[in-house]
Order: sequence, then structure tokens, then C-alpha cells
Amino acid sequence: MAFIELKNVYKVYNNGVSALADVNLEIEKNEFVFIIGESGSGKSTLIKLLYREEKPNKGTVFVGGINVSKLRNGNVYKLRRKVGVVFQDFKLLPKLTVYENIAYPLESYGMDSKEIREKVLDAVKRVGLKNKLRSYPNQLSGGEQQRVCIARAIVNKPKLIICDEPTGDLDPKMSREIMDVLEKINEEMGSTIIMATHDREIVDRMKKRVVTIHGGVVVSDKEKGSYIEHEDN
Amino acid sequence: MKIIRIFGRSFKDAFRSFFRNFSLSLASISCSAITLIIVAIAILFSFNVNNITANIEDVLTIVVFVNRDATDEQTTSLGNQIYSMDNVDTEKSKFNTKDEIKESLSNDESIKSVLDTLDENPLQSTYVIKVKDVSKISETAEEIKGFENVTSVKYGESLVNKLISMFDVIRNACYVAVILLIVVTAFLIANTIKITIFSRRQEINIMRLVGTSNTVIKMPFLIEGLLLGIVGAILPVLLTIFGYTFFYDYVGGSLFTQLVILVEPATIVYKTSIVLVLVGGIVGMFGSLNAVRKYLKI
Repeated sequence: MAFIELKNVYKVYNNGVSALADVNLEIEKNEFVFIIGESGSGKSTLIKLLYREEKPNKGTVFVGGINVSKLRNGNVYKLRRKVGVVFQDFKLLPKLTVYENIAYPLESYGMDSKEIREKVLDAVKRVGLKNKLRSYPNQLSGGEQQRVCIARAIVNKPKLIICDEPTGDLDPKMSREIMDVLEKINEEMGSTIIMATHDREIVDRMKKRVVTIHGGVVVSDKEKGSYIEHEDN
Repeated sequence: MKIIRIFGRSFKDAFRSFFRNFSLSLASISCSAITLIIVAIAILFSFNVNNITANIEDVLTIVVFVNRDATDEQTTSLGNQIYSMDNVDTEKSKFNTKDEIKESLSNDESIKSVLDTLDENPLQSTYVIKVKDVSKISETAEEIKGFENVTSVKYGESLVNKLISMFDVIRNACYVAVILLIVVTAFLIANTIKITIFSRRQEINIMRLVGTSNTVIKMPFLIEGLLLGIVGAILPVLLTIFGYTFFYDYVGGSLFTQLVILVEPATIVYKTSIVLVLVGGIVGMFGSLNAVRKYLKI
């Protein structure tokens, strides 16, 4: 079985909007995959199924051997501890410092302070955030906040990192820096990275696997693809 | 070890959020404080109504006048008959012979002079009866009227009946008021905490997203709710202890007449305070828990 496996997945929202229809997808360990498509194409829904923010109406979703589609509410945390998520809007806790934000997941797992400190400092080093540990999120630039978000996502060394338009709110220069960080993590930590985006420049430059979604259906899946090629399809 | 660590961090988080969201904490605390003060007043009031009712009931007696011609044996047998009744409190009831009554009346010179002109003691011996259940005082009196050698029975019929039904109404109204107030307090505190937590739903959502288990998410909120409730109870407790004591001393322990005697502060203020802290703490905790639970369903 592949590391991530979606079989005949359908998702219809309560308001009747059909977000995904018969999606089949396999992703192996250590891959870096872009999920692209226009707004409302269903890429965000697809991403959310992977960390069980949404449940499929039909079909199965497996992530690292866990049947996510059948995961009970009370057990969702078990999945999320193995998956790091990077959000477009960072989702940092505004009243915690950078250090506290990154340490938060580990603290809530009951890890001891010394181990937490080592892991946080390692994560901070990987994303290149220096001298900002005592700052609060609102004292940081967008790019810095996104680095904090990535540091929080990788702090527990997850096998899978899911990025939901992480560069959506950043300017091109910051976006490039963030992508470099993610690529480095993919190479050095061996984590699988799945990233939803509609940033052409990034997709074209990175030459990674590209899965295109249109109207809730996977319309193409290419190794080392680019955004332009998919538009031509 | 892990559990202790999580628990310790929950405590730390609860205190941290208590101070970092201070304006909202203050709103919850003031709401708890105000409602708990009303609860405290209601509790103190009902304690006192109870006490006053008990005092007045204590004063209520049935006076049984014994036939002047009855022999000692007949009088004693009447006494036995009365004392064997279920509703009669034998320990508090007593018998006064006509000579004893004459003697006690003779303290008043004018009455003494009148009584002295008569050869025979014109007074009647009496049984002064206390009843166990005041609401049945009429039935008991009526029954005694039917006994032999009883000339008349006095218990202030109409007044007593009115008083008794009034006390019952006041007492029950007080109980209902206290319970209603506690329920209202629960709603108010729970709602304020809900608002506090509503403003933090994103925080809860983030906790879920980074893999915090529901139990661990709930714990700091539970402790914070408890803390808010207990801190909210501080002012009402102080007011209860010092305010009531001050009021008691100020009015000299009784209101209007000696009949309306207030309960001594020491016997009720601590009980009331414990109730206030418990109500505040428990309501805060469950209000908080209930509010968080809403955001844990996805």
C-alpha cells in the first residue's frame, strides 16, 4: 500500500456543493507533490481530507496506514500528531511567543521540557528563524510567521507535511524563501510534502510532481510537471 | 509522569490565559460576583425567615382551662389524656395550678387586692400545651375541647391560622427563590464563560489541528472555569461574612420587635460562604466544559 492512498473518494458538502468526485490518488514516501487548481476546484477539500478536517462521503482515505475516513472524532489527534500542517493564514496562537507556539504541540503531548527544547531549537534552525523566539506573532512579518508555522509543523518530525497554500499571503521573494525551506525539509528529513497552491511561478520553478484538480476531478497527474502544461490540457 | 506533566501544564495554561485574557476574565468574575451576591442575600434571608418562623411558632401555645370543680385525680387524668396525644410536646408543655397562677398574678398589687377580697380562688388551673406540628394546632385544640373537665381552650384561633399559612408561604417562597437564583446564576456564569471561550474558538481549533487530544484541550478551560467561579465568589463571601455581621451588630440582633430575632452571624455566614464558593466553582467548571465541548465536534 502506498503511503497515502485515496480510493473512489467523493465529497459533497451539506449545502449540496460537490467538492470531489471519484478521486483516486497514491503518493509514496518522501515525495513532494503539488496539488493545483483554481479556487473552488476542490484542492483544499482534498488536502483537508488528509488531516481529517473533512470526512469523505464515500470512498477511503489512508494516511500512513491509518484509515482516516473511519477515524473517530476522539481519535483524530492520533493522526494529527503524525502529520504537520502549514496553513495559508499561519494559525499561530496570538498570545503565545514564537517559542511557545512551536513548543505547544509537544507540550500538549506531555513531552518533557528538555526534549521539547531540543526539538524546538532544531526546528527553528531548519526554518532559519533566529533571535525571534521571544517575539509574539503580531511582531513578525508574514514570511517570519509562516516560518514559525512550518517550524511548528515539523517540530515532531512528522512523516507527512501538508501545506495549504502556504505562500498565498506572501510576496514572491518571501514565497521563494519558504519554498526553499520546504524543499530542504523534504530532502533532509525525508518527509513527504503535499502542497496545495495556485502559484504558477513556484510550481514551474520546482519541477516536482503536479496533480491538477478541476471541478472536483483529478484531470492530470504528471511527474516533474509545470503549471503551464496543465493549463494546456 | 506524563499525566502529571500535562496536568501541571494545564494549570500553568489556565493561569496564563486567566491573566492574558484579563478583560474577559474580569467580565466573567464580575458576573459571577454580582449574581452570587444576590444568591447570598437570598440564602441569608431564608435562614432568617426560617429562624423567625421557628421563634414565633415556639411562642404559640394552647391553653386548656380545667373545670374548677374537678378533683386532683380528674385533673391528673385529663393531663395524662392530653399528654398522650401525638401532636403534644410533653417536654415543653406544663401544668399550672390555680394557686400558682394566683401567686404569679399577685405580683401586681391591684390584682392582688381584688383577689384578696374573695374567699375562694376564682381562677382555674391550666395546661399550657406546646404542639409539635403547628399547622395541626387547630385539630389538637378541638380534640382537647371534647375532653371531660375542660371548660375552655384558647389558642388565638384566627390569628394563629393566618400566621401559620403565611409562614408556610414565606418559607416556601424563600426556598424557591434560592433555587431559582442558583439556576439563574448558573446560566449567567455559564454564558459569560461561553463568550470568553467563543472568542477563543480559533485557539481551540488550532489546538485540535496540531494534535492535542480533546481531554488535554478541555483541562485548562476546566481549571480556568473553576478559577473564574471561585475568584468570582470572593467578594460575595467577604460581603456575607463582614456585611452580615455588620448588619447584625447594627440592628442589635433583632428587627422591629424582640419577636423578629436574627440568626447569629457565626452560625450561618460560613455555611453560606461554602455554598457560594461551591456554586461558583462548580458552575464555572461545567459552564466552561460545556462551552468548550461545542467547539470540539468536527
